[in-house]
Formats: sequence, structure tokens, C-alpha cells
Amino acid sequence: MKVRVALNVNGESREALVPVHKTLLEVLREDLGLTGTKHGCELGECGTCTVLVDGEPVLSCLALPVEIEGAHITTVEGMAEGGRLHPLQQAFVELGAAQCGYCTPGILLTAMALLAERPSPTREEVREALAGNLCRCTGYTKILDAVELAALRMGRQEART
Amino acid sequence: MTKNAFAVIGRPLPKVDAWAKVVGETKYADDLFLPRMAYAKLLRSAHAHARIRSIDTSRARALPGVLAVVTAADLPRVKFGILPVSQDEEALCAEKVRMVGDPVAAVAAVDEETAEQACRLIEVDYEPLVALMSIFDSLAHPETRIHEYGDGPNVHKNVALQFGDVDAAFDAAHLVREDVFFFEGSNHLPMEQHAAVAHWASDGKLTLWSSTQTPHYVHRVLAKVLETPAAHIRVIATPVGGGFGGKTDPFSHEIVACQLSRLTGRPVKITLTREEVFYTHRGRHPVLMWIKTGFTKQGDITGCHLRTWLDGGAYGSYGVASTFYTGVINPVTYKIPVYKFEGARIFTNKPPCGPKRGHGTVQPRFALECQLDKAAEQLGLDPADMRRRIVAEPFTKTANHLTVTTIGLGECIDKAVEASGWRDKRARLRVSAGPAARRSPKKRGLGLACSAYLTGAGTAIYWNDMPHSGVLARADRGGGVTVLCGATDIGQGSDSILAYLTAEVLGIEPKDVHMHPADTSLAPVDLGSYSSRVTLMCGMAAIQAAERLRDAIFAAVARKLEVSPASLVARERKVGVPDDWDKAVSFARAVELGEALHGVLAFPGSYAPPKRAGKYKGGGVGPSPCYSYSACVVELTVDEDTGAVELEHVWIAHDIGRALNPLLVEGQVEGSVYMGIGEALMEEQVFRKTLHKLPSMLDYKSPTTLETPDIHTILVETDDPEGPFGAKEAGQGPLLPVIPAIANAIHHALGIRIDEVPITPDKILKALDLKRAGKPARVGPERLPLLTFKVPLVVESAFGEPADAVVSRPFSS
Amino acid sequence: MIRLPAFTYLAPSTIDAAARLVAEHGREAMLVAGGTDLYPNMKRRQFEPKVLVGLRGIRELRGIRGSAAGGVTIGAATTLSAVAAHRDIVRDFPALATAAGLVSSPQLRNMGTIGGNVCVDTRCNYYNQSYEWRKAIGFCMKKDGDICLVAPGSSRCWAVSSSDTAPVLWALGAKLRLVSAEGERTIPMAALYQDDGIEYLAKRPDEIVADVQLPAAVEGWRSAYLKLRRRGSFDFPVLGVAVAARMEGDVVRDARIVLGAVASQPRPSEKAAAALVGQRVTPDLIAHVADLAAGPAKPLDNTDFSHPYRKKVTRVFVARAVAAVCGLGDSGATSEEVA
Ligand SMILES: Cc1cc2nc3c(=O)[nH]c(=O)nc-3n(C[C@H](O)[C@H](O)[C@H](O)COP(=O)(O)OP(=O)(O)OC[C@H]3O[C@@H](n4cnc5c(N)ncnc54)[C@H](O)[C@@H]3O)c2cc1C
Ligand code: SF4
Ligand code: FES
Ligand code: FES
Repeated sequence: MKVRVALNVNGESREALVPVHKTLLEVLREDLGLTGTKHGCELGECGTCTVLVDGEPVLSCLALPVEIEGAHITTVEGMAEGGRLHPLQQAFVELGAAQCGYCTPGILLTAMALLAERPSPTREEVREALAGNLCRCTGYTKILDAVELAALRMGRQEART
Repeated sequence: MTKNAFAVIGRPLPKVDAWAKVVGETKYADDLFLPRMAYAKLLRSAHAHARIRSIDTSRARALPGVLAVVTAADLPRVKFGILPVSQDEEALCAEKVRMVGDPVAAVAAVDEETAEQACRLIEVDYEPLVALMSIFDSLAHPETRIHEYGDGPNVHKNVALQFGDVDAAFDAAHLVREDVFFFEGSNHLPMEQHAAVAHWASDGKLTLWSSTQTPHYVHRVLAKVLETPAAHIRVIATPVGGGFGGKTDPFSHEIVACQLSRLTGRPVKITLTREEVFYTHRGRHPVLMWIKTGFTKQGDITGCHLRTWLDGGAYGSYGVASTFYTGVINPVTYKIPVYKFEGARIFTNKPPCGPKRGHGTVQPRFALECQLDKAAEQLGLDPADMRRRIVAEPFTKTANHLTVTTIGLGECIDKAVEASGWRDKRARLRVSAGPAARRSPKKRGLGLACSAYLTGAGTAIYWNDMPHSGVLARADRGGGVTVLCGATDIGQGSDSILAYLTAEVLGIEPKDVHMHPADTSLAPVDLGSYSSRVTLMCGMAAIQAAERLRDAIFAAVARKLEVSPASLVARERKVGVPDDWDKAVSFARAVELGEALHGVLAFPGSYAPPKRAGKYKGGGVGPSPCYSYSACVVELTVDEDTGAVELEHVWIAHDIGRALNPLLVEGQVEGSVYMGIGEALMEEQVFRKTLHKLPSMLDYKSPTTLETPDIHTILVETDDPEGPFGAKEAGQGPLLPVIPAIANAIHHALGIRIDEVPITPDKILKALDLKRAGKPARVGPERLPLLTFKVPLVVESAFGEPADAVVSRPFSS
Repeated sequence: MIRLPAFTYLAPSTIDAAARLVAEHGREAMLVAGGTDLYPNMKRRQFEPKVLVGLRGIRELRGIRGSAAGGVTIGAATTLSAVAAHRDIVRDFPALATAAGLVSSPQLRNMGTIGGNVCVDTRCNYYNQSYEWRKAIGFCMKKDGDICLVAPGSSRCWAVSSSDTAPVLWALGAKLRLVSAEGERTIPMAALYQDDGIEYLAKRPDEIVADVQLPAAVEGWRSAYLKLRRRGSFDFPVLGVAVAARMEGDVVRDARIVLGAVASQPRPSEKAAAALVGQRVTPDLIAHVADLAAGPAKPLDNTDFSHPYRKKVTRVFVARAVAAVCGLGDSGATSEEVA
């Protein structure tokens, strides 16, 4: 059964005519050309495919577009604003938190949701928040460092404005 | 050059590809979508060992949307394999399947669903054969042969080497220990599942984009199995989403995608599922080990004899090299005056094992370091002091004729010991086994281990006299420099390293360097991203290319400024005389002057490692330009009621030679530690009946943020004469000591020995039960295979001899 | 990529409409809430429903209502994250907040619902495998086959109840409101289950779990949940221990102990709980209670960890959970155990 789905992705309205059983992951990558969202299992077991739906990290491999019509979807392509990297992206660049980079989009988005809710998390809280995102390259150390650095910078920015 | 003299080297700069990765622009293989692209799927065997009687593809062909169906009959009958001595794989099995997951047919269709559906419609008639699922099975059933070749029925490789008289060494020892260990197999589990896109264009030329670590070897194999001139094939390695050795062989799915593209006239994409990645495997070999070592009262090693039995799985892969690697690297770490090694790789009906981070050396390292810990205890020595005492001598040869250059291991041990508070804690944790500590079930322990690893294999996979690495540097008139190199960036940062080195030599910024890696049509050959060879080998080639370019530019600038070329320097995007810097010309201008003088400025750099292979059969595996060293201390708690292990801290000191970018080195060290933790505590590629027991991300356990402790990395620089600006490897070596350090820490906490990885909670409880029953508190393998090793090739020990010529490089002039 | 099989998706906006749709499509239809259990299973072809009736769009199924005094009601489509973070639940039913917060991973808790969690399919590592894998080993009776591969002589399936919240809700005395086209009924947690790996739910397939009703919080009740699994995230429980007890001073007045992941349904340990009642808790009593509770547990080799190990740890966890609830908690007892 094909359906026309209207999705709000990264602030843009996008439409696609897709089989209803196509997951959000597949539609983003194959129909909307947003290949920044990656996949490592398609069964909910790795966190690589994480996107934000109304600000909450969810697994796009287990979500159906029909279930989230009307919601705001954020993918890694939507993190930078006006050509400026999000502070998390900037910190990941500076601290070498992306090695192969394959887990990076999912981790960035999960961290972005964390910082929206908890602007200055403890290291343990960052660990907890990222416990659903596997990374095989980094040993997580630089990822945790980068999230902390971004939180610090965003806090300062907040204080200034 | 002193450290401060560098402009780029040694600075914690971002990777050149970091920006693309954080915004989602990096195109991995599965991110490629070409017009009219078809999707392919493989039908894999459900039998572990069976003869193929017939394959009926008619129903699959009839399915609407199916574009092509292929079996072995549609491909040239040519076998392949990464090593010339083990050409035993088929893109699609013709007569026999040797494991569950062996590919037998493939479909290309308009979409992936249709291709999958069509695969289910293919009927294969199998005649099942006895499935041999362990080393013991395979040796017990010589009448059932998985392959017809090898060193005996189901024995792929049997090696025996002896350097000096081990029996005399044991006679001279104060303590002789014999221990048996087992190391379970594990998968690389890269986050990216292998993917490839093939396009056999209408001009008859083939392009393959693939998530591979070795485009050059894939190129060679495609030419061979597709019976197509290599000149008409182009292989492009896309950025790899994690490799760790798992994308280092040429694979069936790559070949099949090409053939399907030829047949359909469309680009064809194939992406493996996670389960298929477990079948593709090439992961850590399960290895049984017996190790006998003699020690003096002071802890010196008098001699060592190691036997290893590798469970190779169904195909050769890198197995011959893996077998050697279980034996030949151990002597690089400590003074081992005489050494004997016997090893055998056995075929079984399981996915083939191959090179995983630390290739072949991780398992014997676990054995040796645990045994050293046991010996230290028996001798009443501190494990750190004992190791410190026996660290090998720099610039000498080992018993097995390997030349070692710089060794920073002593300093690594000192630094790890100091940072971890080893002395204080080892004593205190023991003492604190007082009343309070006894009440809590959580016991604390501290363990240490060391290791060494090669910086690039000294010999190529196929015998040749050509460079192992080539780089082409071309300057453009705008002041940019384009670097072409065959190396693949698998996340380790090879593109960045080459950009840094080029920028350093030419006095420009890394951003001015344009990287075009891993494309067999554009770039000179590099053998691939394996064996920790890229930074050193491509790095040396890049330096050579950049220096040649710089010399050409200097000649032109010297003419213009009327100075001698020798008086010029390149820095801050300028070329000039330091004392007369006002007259310095911009780099872009310098390039123009150069081009006016010489024509196009494009220069090659080549590197081949020093020829130092031991002069005996088998001496080709083990030599490396230089070796990295690591020392690791682990602090953990073990719950003695549940056996749960919680890691608190890992301190690791690594001799990197020189950190070209400390951030990247730390990243490699941390990643290695992480992978070591997984293997030590939970990862295992195990089987149930004839099937992989856990072929999923959920059931194959990979540590999350919650199991991974803070990792404290300490870098030790020894400035090795063989490496680019003194650098050695970092990507693999630091994995090695983590596993025995964890085992040793568990012993420190509870007084039990788990001589087998993964060290799972049930094994810990079992050992504690034994301890309470007054029996030896050890859990580990109990029996060894009956297999006659070859009569050893006896060679004089070269222990302590001065190193072979250092810094003698082919292609250096 | 592993992909879903084709189906028709219906998105009713009221419970009644959903109930009607389920009744209308009968066996062809399945309910889906978060989909975090069902979709992976469908991708592996454990289920191939023709019609999915989605519950996410039903407002009345979402949210947590009521008060500690009168009893809290959790809509079945409320996410596990919302349950774990809810202030009243954290305060009055900490074991439930803990259990909900320990389900799989943060992302899955943002999607998975409590209704789906109590109905989550039973698990077995011969069953939670791809279609091709199951075909290769020879299908078992839970799907596509007719024998049990773990217990080959058995006439029933022993797949393991793997919900984190179910044993806790049971121990807390929660009730469920079920709605179908034929009307509605309210049942205790115990009545939702039966000990069979295939037909693990005792409710009719056309009954929708509408909400989970927690009893009014009574002075003195305390609860704890301990979970055994390999990693601190992702992994299903391979043992869950839920303990609830009402204390008067240091005497236990009432107690319930329910074990998860030891059978095809949550398993209450009535004898063990009874041994606590009327007693002052001592380490000896705890040891005795732990033996009583762990005794009947007969894990099979169909989950992570060896079954003898899971049995051993059952005893340890029961002891720790009881100690924690009854105020003897020391070192070892935490809200979570990761072995
Ligand atoms: C990697 C991974 C790890 C997991 N780990 C855990 C874990 O640790 N602990 C755990 O408990 N679970 C775990 N789960 C399973 C699952 O995520 C949770 O159980 C979740 O709560 C299920 O809720 P859902 O809404 O997503 O259910 P769905 O998938 O939507 O439904 C599950 C089942 O319940 C039925 N159903 C759903 N809602 C209702 C209703 N209101 N009335 C009647 N029937 C209904 C569906 O028809 C289906 O049969 C894990 C899943 C994955 C993929
Ligand atoms: S318990 Fe037996 S019947 Fe049930 S899923 Fe497992 S193998 Fe199949
Ligand atoms: S792809 Fe692994 S969780 Fe979605
Ligand atoms: S950076 Fe490679 S998986 Fe995380």
C-alpha cells in the first residue's frame, strides 16, 4: 500500500509517495536523499539511525513515516544553521570525536537532545544519554569530552546573550 | 629537528575530513545512488558443509522486477583469495558449500525487497556432508576434508620454527611454567555493514565503489576472477565506516555486484545485512595456546616455547600470515634468548577468520602476559618491576632475527605505573582485605600487561619488488597541493596524516592540501589499510613526494631571489630566506615560478620497507620497519556473588615514536583499548550446532558507554629513525595489553585465574567455587588437540645481535 | 537492509475505533504501539500481519493520570521514558520507574510504550533470529515449525517472558483495563499471562490494553527491581527480580516477590514472600527467602548467559532486592545489576 506522506524534515516540508511499510530510515535515505542518517542493524540494536522527532531521539529504523506525520524531524543535515556548525559539531571536529564517522550523526543528535534538556550534564549523565549509541572506533572518550566541551560553550553563549 | 621546529606535526589539529563527517556529507558506499541502479542480494547456504547437486533459479527469474540471477555457472570458474598460497574462495560456490552463509547465488532486481524475495525462490538441492565445527572435530575426521589443499587433512598450515636450544634454556631456569590458554574468536563489528556499488559501463569499463580497506587487492582479484584486463577496472574505496581488518579481503559480494552489473547494464548496489557481516567475518581466530617459559630467580626469561592451534574457519583468507603472527611477534617485547614456535591452522565449517586489529598477536600476548603474572607471583616479584627488567634491548635482533629499533617500553611501564598509583594501590588493595572489604562483595584489583606491535608488514602479500606505497603530489597555481595516494581512510585518519606531512614539508596549511585517496585509476598503489602500515609507509612516500616538489620549487625561487636553494625555507605559505623574510614569495607564486621553470609540478614518492626478512623459510612474516610498545594498567572491581566485572580505569602508555597529531593517536589508543575491553569481557563469535549463535548487534555484545571506563592515555615519544618524523603505529598495538591486564587485575582482586577470554561472570563464579573447594582456582582449557607439528626448522638464535642496517630504504634516492 | 514485509496501516483516533478495526480484521490484524518489539520481529518474519492497527494516534491512551492517594493510571501508549520520569511514580513506585528506565536503550524508551512492554513477545535465542537463520537450523514450533529446539522432547514452547515492567507491576498489585469491541474488563496483572511461550497472553487477541492502574499508594510499601543482563543498555533482562513489601518498623507486614525472565510469564514466589511476612528481617531470613524464591527457577539455555549461572544469580538478586526493600540494603544492592 503506497501512501503520500508529508514530513517536516529539518524545517522543510517534504512529501513522498512511498509504500507504507517503508521505515523513516529508508524514506530519508532513499526517497528524500538525506543519506546522513546511517544504519548498522535496522533492528533497533545499535542507535546508528537515531534522528530527532519533536526533539526526542528515536530510531528511524523502527519508525514509520505515517506515524510521525506532522512532527518535526531533525537529521544530522539539519543541525548546522546558516552554514554555521552546531557547537556539538564544532566540538566533535576539534576533539577528534568522529573517527570513521559512521556513528557520528546518531550520536550528535542524541547529544543535541540531551543538551536541550540538560544544558550542563555530568559526565555520567552524558554516558547514560549515549548508552543507546554504539561506537566501535573511539572508545567513547573523545565523544564524551566533545559533548562536555559543547555544553560548556553553549552555556557560556547563553550567559552572554 | 626539535619538536618545536614543526609547524603542523605534533599539533592537535582536526582531521581533514572531520567537517564532512559531522554534517553528514561523507558518502559511504551505501550512500551512493546512481541513476537506474539495481539492487542485489546473495542467497547463502543454510548448510555448513554440503555438496551442491543442483540449483534451480527459474522461479526467481520469473519474479517481476528481477533483472538477473547468477550462480557459479554464470561466472568464470576462477578461485581467489587474498594470499597467493590460499586461492580457495569462489564468488559463488560451484560444487560445495563450506559454511552456513556461503554464497551460492545472487539476484539483481529493481529494489532490494524484490531481490530478497527472489533469493527465497531459488531452490538448491544439497547433499549434506559431515560438518566439522571445531579444531577437535576437524582433526578427528580426516576422512572428511573441507579443502583438498593444505598441510594435511583439514590442516591449512603447519609451521615449526626453533631459534636456539630451548631444552637447555629450561634446564638452566629456576622456574619453568607450562600454561594453557584459550582465546575465543570475535568479529570486528564495524558499524558500517559492507557495501559495494558496481558499474560496468557501456564502454566496457568497470568501476567498483566499495567499503574496502584494500582497493589494490580488490582490483587485482576482480581482474582475475572476472577475466577482464585490470586496465579496464577502477576500484574506488569509499570512506570506510569502520574496518578493523574486516574489510581487508576481496569479497564475494564485490565480485557478484560487478558481474550483475555486466549482465544488467545497470549500476548494481549490494549492502550486506548485519547477519551477513558475521558470515563474511575474517575476525579474530579462536586460538588454543600452550606456552612454556623458563625464568631465573630474578625474573629473566631463559627461553620460551609456544604452541598455537588456530581455528581458521572455512577458508584461507590471511590465515597463513595469522598462523605465523601467533608466534613471531612475542620475542619483540622482552629479552627471550631462545625461542621455539609451533603453530597450526585448522579448517572448520565456520565463517573464515582473518586479520582483526592486532592480527594474530593478540591471543599469544594474552597467554604470555598472564603467564608472566603467574611467574612474578611465584618468584615474589612485582609484575611491573619484573617486566621492566626484561624489556628488550633497542637496536638489536630478536631470537627469531627480527630487527627492533627504538623501544620505549621501559618508559611506558614507568609512566603507567606512576599514573595509576600502581605501587600504592597494589599494596593497599591487598591490605584492605580487612573486615570492611570482606563484607562487601565488590573486590577491587589492579593488573598490568605490556605489548608490542609492528608498524607495517615488511613484505607484501604478493611477492614483488615494487613500492608498498606510492604518493603523487601535484602543485596547482593557486597554491594548493593535490595528493593522490592509494591508502584508504577507515577512520584512522590516513588522509589527514598525509595532508599534515605534505603541509609540514611545504610550509602550507593542511587545508591547502587536497586529498584524493584510494582510487586505483587516480592514485599510485598503496597496499592497503592493514597491519598499521599507512602512517609509516604512505607517510614516508608523501614526505618524499613533497620534498621533491619542494626542491623543484626552491630551485625556481632561488633563481628568482638570486640565493642558493639551500638557504630557502618554506613556511607560513611562503618560500624565502629566513634572514630576509620580507623578500619571501608566496607559496602560490613559488609554484608559478616552479612551473615556469620545470613545467607541470607533479612528483611521486615511493616507499618500500627495509629488506630485513630473516634468512630462513618463514622469515618474511614478522619484520617491520619498527615496532610500537604499550604498557597498560587496569583497575576494576569484581562482584564475587555475581561475577560481574566493572572497569574503573584504564591507564595506557604507548610508545608512538612521534605523535604526528596527538589527538589522532589518542583516538587510536582509546579505540584499541575499547576493543580490547570488549574481547576481554564479552565479545565472542560462537556457534550453535552449525550456526552462528549470535549474528546480531543485540546478541553479539559490544560495550556501550556504560561498560567503557575513562581511558587515560599517555604518549611516549622515541623518535624512531624508520618512521615519518619518527612516528610509529598506534592503531593496533594498544589493544594487546588490555586483555591480559584485565585478567591479571581479576586475579589480583579475587585470587582466581581465568585463562580464557572472554572472561564472563559465570567463569568467575566457577573459579571462586573451585577456590572455596580448595582446588586450583583456575578456569581455562583442559585439553589440547592431538596434532603432530612439523619437525621444526632449527635456526641459530640471533638474540642480542646488532640490528640490521637502519634507514636503508629502496627508492630513497 | 532488513526491511518490513508489506501491510496496510490503519490509524484510528479512539480506542473504540481501534477495537472495532481489530474485531473487523480478526487474525489478519495486529496492534502496534511503539513498534519496538513488533517491527524487529516483523523484519525477521516472526509476524506477517496483513493489517496493523496503530495505537500511537489515540490521545486517550497517552498520559499518566490520577494521584498517589487515589491510584495512578497510566495510559497504555505512554512511553517508557515518560513512565520512568514521572514524579509520582518515581516517588511512590520507584521499582516501576527503575524497571521502565532500564528497558533497552534511551531511544527505545522514547518509542516503546508500557502497554507494548507488558505484551512484549517472549524470547528465545532460537527464535529471535532472521528467517534464514531459523530456516537453516530447522524452524521451531513458536514460528513455522513443530518442535522445540531447546527442549526437543517438549510439547510446549519455553520462550522467556522478557518484560521489565511486568514483574514489577505484578508485585505492585497493578491492574489492567482491557477494551474490545465487546466491552471492557479490568484484570489483575496475573490474569494477563499464562506459562506458555507461544500463547503467553491470557487475554484475547482482540482486547486492547487501555491502561495500567496502580493501586493507591499505601503508607509503608516499598519496592525494588533488579535486572540481570550483560550490558547496562540495549539488553533484555535475562533475570528480573521485583520485590514489594509493606513494613511496620522493622517487621514485614506484607510482601510480594515476582521473578521476570525465568519462565514464559512473570513468576511469583509466594512461598518466599510468605516467609517474610510477620518477620523481622535478618541476614539468615534473607538467605532462606532467597533459597525459596530461587529454588523453583528452572532457566533453560535459550537466553544470554548460561542457565546454571542465571539460576545462581537468582538467589543473589532476590537476597539483594529483599535486603534493599527491607532496609538491610548494603553494598551490593543497587537498583540495577549488570553482570
Ligand atoms: C534492541 C531492543 C532491546 C530491548 N530491550 C528490552 C528490555 O530490556 N526490556 C524490555 O522489557 N523490553 C525490551 N525491548 C522490547 C520493547 O522495546 C519494549 O518491550 C517496549 O516496551 C515495547 O513497547 P512497544 O510500544 O514498542 O510495543 P510494540 O512493538 O508496539 O508491541 C509489542 C506487542 O504488544 C502488542 N501491543 C502493543 N500495545 C498494545 C496494547 N495497548 N494492547 C494490546 N496489545 C498491545 C503488539 O501487538 C505487539 O504484539 C527491546 C527491544 C529492542 C529492539
Ligand atoms: S523455547 Fe523452543 S519452541 Fe519456544 S522459541 Fe525456543 S526453541 Fe522455539
Ligand atoms: S540501524 Fe541499528 S538501531 Fe536503527
Ligand atoms: S567513529 Fe566509527 S563507529 Fe563511531
